[in-house]
Formats: sequence, C-alpha cells, structure tokens
Amino acid sequence: MQLNMLEARSLGCVRGTRLLFEDISFQIHPGEICQVRGTNGAGKTSLLRILCGLSLPEHGEVLWDGAPIDQDRARYHAQLAYVGHAPGLKLDLTARENLLFALSLQAAQEHVDIDEVLERVGLDASANLLCRHLSAGQLRRVAIARLHLTSALLWILDEPCSAIDSQGVSNIETLLGTHLDAGGMVIFTSHQAIQVAQHPITTIELSS
Amino acid sequence: MVPTLGNALVALVRRDIRLVVRHRFEIANPVLFFIIVVTLFPFGVGSDPAQLALIGSGIVWVAALLATLLALEGLFRSDFEDGTLEQMALGLHPLSALVLSKVFVHWCATGLPLLIAAPLLGILLNMSVTGQLTLLAALALGTPTLSLIGAVGMALTVGVKRGGLLLTLLVLPLYVPVLIFGASVVLAAEAGLPTAGHFYALGAMAVLALSLAPLATSAALRISLN
Repeated sequence: MQLNMLEARSLGCVRGTRLLFEDISFQIHPGEICQVRGTNGAGKTSLLRILCGLSLPEHGEVLWDGAPIDQDRARYHAQLAYVGHAPGLKLDLTARENLLFALSLQAAQEHVDIDEVLERVGLDASANLLCRHLSAGQLRRVAIARLHLTSALLWILDEPCSAIDSQGVSNIETLLGTHLDAGGMVIFTSHQAIQVAQHPITTIELSS
Repeated sequence: MVPTLGNALVALVRRDIRLVVRHRFEIANPVLFFIIVVTLFPFGVGSDPAQLALIGSGIVWVAALLATLLALEGLFRSDFEDGTLEQMALGLHPLSALVLSKVFVHWCATGLPLLIAAPLLGILLNMSVTGQLTLLAALALGTPTLSLIGAVGMALTVGVKRGGLLLTLLVLPLYVPVLIFGASVVLAAEAGLPTAGHFYALGAMAVLALSLAPLATSAALRISLN
C-alpha cells in the first residue's frame, strides 16, 4: 500500500439520463498536479465533487491510500482541501471571520497568521469589510486564502482563477508551486492557462 | 495543528450567533408571527373568557408549531447555497455534531423567544397561573423537539427549489404527538389532574429527537449535497 495517494478507479457519472463520463481512471502521487479538461457541461465539477466524496459516482470508486474514501472519512478529510464552485463564505461575515471559522473545520498549519495570509492574497485593506461588499474576484481570493492556512496534502480546486486578475493568477501559481514542492497534490479545473514552474501538469480529458 | 471538535463547535456557535445578530430583523419574524396568530384568535372565536381558557393552550401550541416551521427555512438554506455546508461536510468533524450546534443556536434564536412571549399570551387568553407555568414548561420541553425534527425535514428539502410545501407535509405529521401532549398537559393541569405522564412523554420525545435527529439530519444533508 502506498501512502498519500489518490486513486480513481473507472469512475462513471450520470446526470439525469445523460452519461457525463465513464471509465475515468488515474492516480495522483505527492508532487503531482493534474488538470481536468473538458467543454462546459462535460462533468468537470461533477468529477471533482466525486473525488471529494460529496457526490457518489454511478460506477467505480475513489481510493485514498488504497482504501475507499467513505470508509474512513475523517482520515481522508484531514488531508483534503476543497475550493468549490461556491466560495464557501458567509457574506455577512468579514474575510477575517470567515477564515477563522474555516480554521476550526480543517487541519491547519502550525503557525498561522491570518493577517499575513490576507496580505498575501491582497486583501489586507478589506479584511474587516463584510464579504457582501467584496467583488467576485475578492471573494475568490478569500476562498484561496484558505489554502494558505490548511495543512492538507490534496487540494481539489474548481476554477480557482475565475474572476481573478493576472497578478492574482500568478500568486496562485506560486502558491501551487510551493505546495507541490512540499509534496502536495493538486487537481483543478480552469479555463485560464495555469503554469507551475518545474511541475508539468498532467491532464484528464472529459469528452462528451 | 488539528482543531478539536470542541473548538469547531464553539466556532460554529459563535459564527451563527454573529449571523443572527446581523440578521436580527429576519429572526424576529417567527415570534411576531406567533404573537399575531394568537392575538387574532379572540377576534375570530369570540372573547368569552371561559371558552378562551379552554382552547388557549391549543391555540398557543398550534401557533408555536407553525412559527417553528416558518423559522426552519433559515436553518440550512444559506449554508447550502453559499457552499459553507460543503466545507462542513468535508471538514474533520462529524457533521451530526455540527448540525446539533446549529440547531441549538437556531432554537435559541427562534424557539426561546416563543417561550418568552408565551406567558404574555397566556394572560391574553385568560389562562390561570398554573396553566401558564405548565404551558411554559411544556413549550420548553417541546419546542427543541420541534426544531430537531424540523431539521431532518429541512435537510431533506434544502436542495429542492420552493420546497416549503414538501417540508410541511414531511414534518407536520411528526409534530402531531408533541402537539397532542403539549396542549393536553395544560388542560390536565388546569383541571387539577396529574401531569407527570404528559411530561414524561414530552421528555421521551425530546430525548429521542436529540439522539436520533442529528444523525438523520447529517445523512439527509449528505444526500442533498449529492
């Protein structure tokens, strides 16, 4: 049994009466980054939700360290950080309050400094504004800030760069690079080109 | 650094209280509804004090039940829509424990005000002091059960657009036993009959809901997220 490995075995997904994809198999090891590609509606988000364990696949299974993920959910979740389509933020809390709450749900790094993280994602000026008053790009940045705090190995990111400006995208690329250098794993979808230095991106193609 | 379950529950309770405070006008709706419904009854059925005393506890209970139902919408809807529910479901801690603390805050914000308003309405409905105290005790024991049962129904229908009617159909039948014992205990007390049996039944339902509803709710939420 290999430690810290995500494996998908012949996953299939059906939405309504339509087959989105079938027989998707791959493995991801520490230091690997993988992009899920496909046209709109090809099932990228569905695949990511299945990998998280939020949705159940029609066929196949997802394994973490060789064991199905629903067998020991707590162990898998301790190594998983998910940034979904919805930002997972309360609009009536400030960015800082949202991050503090996120910290209570996830395994976090040893020394976390929320102010420093907010500065790194470029939100130090609006840290104490209600998220309701932030722009779409700023909300994404708050969601991405969670990744600066977590100690999870496996990051599953659904469109991490949507609505983010080019400076923000390059910050995310740096963040992903640091994470991969430290032995992390990343699976993401993106309509924008993402390049991480020294880490070739493998792709999973979903064709309808 | 791994946050303990205790940390997470405290953080969730603090977050929800903060959200309640920032939405205090919406939160006031159920208790206003409760007061309005009860005050309308004497206009409809006549203001004969003896008659009001007879049906008073039933009126208060039905109004409390509908107010609880009205308040349920706010329990998971926003967490579901903004994705925080996904984050909770993917977090380190059992979803059922998080659900329980959410229901607790929700009850404090929507159930507790009913208890505070009830004695006032008791006076309005010509209830005796014994009747009022019994009503208060029965509501204190019964409304948490209503919130817990309602959470299961809400968790099942949170993914359904305009699931209000479905929620009502799912939940109201389960509310009936609480309604029966809650309303009849007041009549028994007013008539000087022993009330222990009613309270045991209400207590048993509360314990049952407290132990089973969080598990059912978290399972239902996972289905809704699927």
